Amino acid sequence: MLYREAGDFKTSYEEDSQTFPIRFDRLAYHGALVVAFAIVPFFINDYWANAVALPFLIYAIAAIGLNILVGFCGQVSLGTGGFMAVGAYATYKLMTAFPEVNIFFHVLIAGGITALVGMLFGLPSLRIKGFYLAVATLAAQFFLVWLFNRVPWFYNHSASGQISAPERTVIGVPVTGPHTEAWATYLFCLVFLAGSALIARNLTRGATGRKWMAIRDMDIAAEIIGVNPLRAKLSAFAVSSFFIGIAGALFFSVYLGAVEVGEAFGINKSFLVLFMVIIGGLGRIFGSLAGAAFLVLLPVLLKNTLVGTLGWPTDLAAHLEIMIVGALIVIFLVAEPHGLAQLWRITKEKLRLWPFPH
Amino acid sequence: MPDQLLFAMEVLLNGLMAGVLYALVALGFVLIYKASGIFNYAQGVMALFAAMTLVGIMEGQVPFAHLINAAFGTDLHVFGWQLSGLVGIVLTALIMIALAWAVNHLIFRHLVNQEPIILFMATIGLAYFMEGLGDLMWGADIKKLDVGLPQGINGWIDTVTFDAFGYGFFIDNLDIWATVIAAVLVIALMIFSQYSKQGRALRAVADDHQAALSVGISLNFIWVLVWSIAGFVALVAGIMWGTKSGVQFSLSLIALKALPVLMLGGFTSIPGAIVGGLIIGVGEKLFEFAIGPMVGGATENWFAYVLALLFLVFRPQGLFGERLIERV
Repeated sequence: MLYREAGDFKTSYEEDSQTFPIRFDRLAYHGALVVAFAIVPFFINDYWANAVALPFLIYAIAAIGLNILVGFCGQVSLGTGGFMAVGAYATYKLMTAFPEVNIFFHVLIAGGITALVGMLFGLPSLRIKGFYLAVATLAAQFFLVWLFNRVPWFYNHSASGQISAPERTVIGVPVTGPHTEAWATYLFCLVFLAGSALIARNLTRGATGRKWMAIRDMDIAAEIIGVNPLRAKLSAFAVSSFFIGIAGALFFSVYLGAVEVGEAFGINKSFLVLFMVIIGGLGRIFGSLAGAAFLVLLPVLLKNTLVGTLGWPTDLAAHLEIMIVGALIVIFLVAEPHGLAQLWRITKEKLRLWPFPH
Repeated sequence: MPDQLLFAMEVLLNGLMAGVLYALVALGFVLIYKASGIFNYAQGVMALFAAMTLVGIMEGQVPFAHLINAAFGTDLHVFGWQLSGLVGIVLTALIMIALAWAVNHLIFRHLVNQEPIILFMATIGLAYFMEGLGDLMWGADIKKLDVGLPQGINGWIDTVTFDAFGYGFFIDNLDIWATVIAAVLVIALMIFSQYSKQGRALRAVADDHQAALSVGISLNFIWVLVWSIAGFVALVAGIMWGTKSGVQFSLSLIALKALPVLMLGGFTSIPGAIVGGLIIGVGEKLFEFAIGPMVGGATENWFAYVLALLFLVFRPQGLFGERLIERV
């Protein structure tokens, strides 16, 4: 009964083209923002922040970034891990080189640097397509990880080859380093996620997004109607890498604190983020959030059930876990190839008619 | 002859041998891609799974022993028999065929007409599933696989080259066998696809699904057949790599090595897989030999990809791939 468009009259273009045309959706969206920004920080503890909240927020940013490239522009990329590594190492270099600058700007600049690197590796997309391109982006993945492993300048010649984040504060509150508090790191990441989602949503429904989608649906036809493929593809790579770079920067500086590049940003990370995008729904910003939440929560739940409740050995639980994740991905694709976002849309369609579907 | 040149020649030969093994994995990809348009990421895990199953059957391990022990508190490990390599290979091949049937009927039959990216994702899901399944069934420890293939330095080549150049080449017997077996496999596959009824049906499906359907070829049967052949190729690749470096998780990563091979050779060409494999094998070994020490080594991880990437910029469909003609 609540979920109706009827009686909700739009009197201006702004109102007509808003993201949430139904009042209930708008209320839910504002409610979620209030809960996330004003209520959760008071209750969050270290376990919830580290096991659920931070990975979710950070992976959601990465998934939004990858979704722009794969879901909106149709260029399949398997280099996400490598681009996240660029973001991480860029923040590290910036943090250690300019300690007086606020970490907030470091993260943004790291995103910008990743965007440049992403454009560079996006150049082949002008010549090659489809799976050839997907495999070509693996070159970025392996080359970047190798580079950060082998060139000592990137990790400031530290003996262990690791990078670790020094303590940095935002308005006096530490967000990186060993003395952080759960609510501070949570809010710091949340600001970036909210910003990313807002920018991504508005980019993808404007002229830029329509150009990306035209390229995705058929690039030659798009070119004929006047979409410049060079600009469209490279801008998709740039925007996508920008978000992925931010995610990588946060992943290193706020979440992990210290990383070894092969371990934290390996090929598995690329696949994980791609799974989030696909399970969530290609070409949906909401899907990226849902997919990230699903794949962050699932292992935690499985681990708690198998190890915590049933008392199985951890290695066995780990094997069962990847098996279940794999099976779930397949089941999902068979049942609903368009992902969680599509399920959500079907639910909304049903809700509009409920309780009188005829 | 100068020493450096001799070393380079030895590296070249070893690269060729490694290339044959890459080609073997790439072959499995090409078969499935040609027949069903599915880019099967799980090929590497299939090789791992096949090798694990082979070891498990030969040693008479109880499947899921760890799981059963954890769930019921029992203490099962082995049935207590030892099988010869040949029996093991036949049984494993049967399991791979059953797997092919299951994969087709449970997954890909339901995904007909979906976008290629969705199919690709499904194979990644399958890869994860099989990786977990293999570990659960047979345990995740590193296993030794010995089906009776000769191993170690080939004495004859060592002596002959020592007499000729004053420097004995180190060539592994296993690599030579792998080359021979790969060659036999490729010839057998070619004869099969050229002269047998099923082989022709296979090529018809690869050419045009709908036309093949309309002349009465069963797509389901062909897909099961193709996945079975790919499973068998995976088994051969698994035996080779497993004998060489033990059956362990890293075996599944050879799939990643096979991808640049595919890009070079083209996704749709069997000769392309072979030539691409050889180029990548030789290229990465020579690059590591010549340039590797200057830039810190371990270039093998990415060299193949960068080579394939640069190559593709000039020839987007690979060496032997079908030329893409696009229409609006």
